[in-house]
Amino acid sequence: MDASATYLQVGFILISVPNALVIVGMIVLLIAAVLAPFPGHHRVQDDDDQPD
Amino acid sequence: MTSQTDPPEPATQKAETGSNWTAAIRRAVEHRLPWDNLLPDRQPFFVGSWVYVFGVVAITSLVWVIGSGVVLAFFGPSWWHVSGIGRFVNSIHFWSVQLLFVFAVLHLWGQYFMASWRDGRATTWVVGVVIFLAALVTGFTGYIAQQNLDAQWIAVNAKDAINATGAGAFFNPLDFGQIYGIHVMLLPIGVTVLVVLHVLQVRMRGVVKPIEPDAPKPGDAATPSSAT
Amino acid sequence: MSGPAGSQAAYYRGIPTVRYDLVKEFVVAMVVSGIVIVLLAGALSSPDVPPLTIQAWAQAAPVDFVTTATAELAGTSDSALYGPPYTDGSDSVQSIGIFDPQQWLGNSIHLDPPQDFVLGPLTYASVGNAALTSALSQYDAADGTSQQAWLSAYTDGLGTATAQDGQITVAAGDYGPVPVLMTSLLAEANSGGLDGLLLTNGQFFATDYTKPLLFMGDGQYLTDLAAAQHLTGDQWGVMNETGQYPGQTWLWAFSMLYQLPPYNSDPNADLLVVLTMAVLTALLVLVPFIPILRDIPRWVPVHRLIWRDYYRWRRSRSSPGSD
Repeated sequence: MDASATYLQVGFILISVPNALVIVGMIVLLIAAVLAPFPGHHRVQDDDDQPD
Repeated sequence: MTSQTDPPEPATQKAETGSNWTAAIRRAVEHRLPWDNLLPDRQPFFVGSWVYVFGVVAITSLVWVIGSGVVLAFFGPSWWHVSGIGRFVNSIHFWSVQLLFVFAVLHLWGQYFMASWRDGRATTWVVGVVIFLAALVTGFTGYIAQQNLDAQWIAVNAKDAINATGAGAFFNPLDFGQIYGIHVMLLPIGVTVLVVLHVLQVRMRGVVKPIEPDAPKPGDAATPSSAT
Repeated sequence: MSGPAGSQAAYYRGIPTVRYDLVKEFVVAMVVSGIVIVLLAGALSSPDVPPLTIQAWAQAAPVDFVTTATAELAGTSDSALYGPPYTDGSDSVQSIGIFDPQQWLGNSIHLDPPQDFVLGPLTYASVGNAALTSALSQYDAADGTSQQAWLSAYTDGLGTATAQDGQITVAAGDYGPVPVLMTSLLAEANSGGLDGLLLTNGQFFATDYTKPLLFMGDGQYLTDLAAAQHLTGDQWGVMNETGQYPGQTWLWAFSMLYQLPPYNSDPNADLLVVLTMAVLTALLVLVPFIPILRDIPRWVPVHRLIWRDYYRWRRSRSSPGSD
């Protein structure tokens, strides 16, 4: 892991593969979090309860 | 915030505690943060998305950062360079910091898309961004406190930006003692206090309601409240 | 009652609630994040490229070391000409119009490069060394014009100098006592003694590395090491890390500005970048109060996905014949 990283150049943007992986991972996590169903989340109809 | 109406209290009690600062603080806390708000076991049903989990993971990452940092601070700044266990603890510190920033930024993105500052929650957003800035300075001082080539170069390279603002007169990135003290003491305390405040702000008001498609825009003061 | 209380009850009125265990969520997140962190730490370790010492620098690049030391003695190094907070120079002072905070806050460190980096350490080393003592006396006794003539000629000579076995060879010239001073300093650096002497501060404990780091920073060798690791400013180095590790990716905007005009060519780039980042940060802090910025989430339909259950529930309540 102490060997030099590979760098990607896109126009003026120069980014290391590890940094790019972190950023891509974040975007994937955001999309997954928005789309994935939330486990243990009861349907409203199953567990309807009005606060009083 | 002071415009919120307290429930009327019995006249005798009010007369007793009216000028008592202690009682005034107790009443304010009891009103804004009753236990049911602080540790509720029910949430509005729209709180059902992984997006709500980002903030929690950012906080647990912070706990791992601080836990590993306490061990590193205890054994001193040169220990992890010469000890296998020390290197492992430093690796936990390094990766928990990466995780902290990943989830803090995801939390920020999520809260932005939900416009969570609505309905009187603007100060919660402001404190959240201030936490991010404080964490950023903590990360920066941590990188300089590493005592390796990375630390040497970051200090030498960053000094120009700091000096250009005049801050170099009292904040010297080349002074290990100053940076180390700030990194292990002042900034972690500051970040922790701010995070506690941030969580209390969230629990005090609760999570924001979903954006109503037909709701008036925040700027449209003249729009009637019932648009349908 | 265990649901939202007080003013929250009024805020959520009409919205169903569901069971939700915040403490359990926190504990599970604590365990899962801990497992991920321990796996990453165990599998990938963490970056730790050893620091450069003055000794390693002198041994690996003696000509660069001596060239830097000569510039320190001549008062022509980057540090000597820097300006506040190190010296009274002005080469690295940045300002925008009358906004000149670097000068306002002034020279607080009072670096004296000839004395701090060369003459002071040589004086320590001269005890019992007649040749060095005599060279120091000759240099001290000479007037400034002679000193600068020697140093200038020696600097030119260093341009074609060669190095072998930790010694450097410079073509003959009228250098006065300078070659004795510099070969002595090089020997001191080679032995590791200079690393300690640059930290000497008249007290016992030392935690301030300003002098050795500025000295190294004035040379080319440290910059070459950093450039090999993609750490310099024009390589987006602010967000990079040594080895194959992610760096401070959260500084991407700060790092990016240095690549773009006008920042990448302006002598006041650092101050301009810092001020620009301050403005952008203020915008981020004040998002809830800034029209357009606070309206974007209303226009971008990500919230419709996050709260899709809510909007479905809302439609199902209003659709049957009510509108």
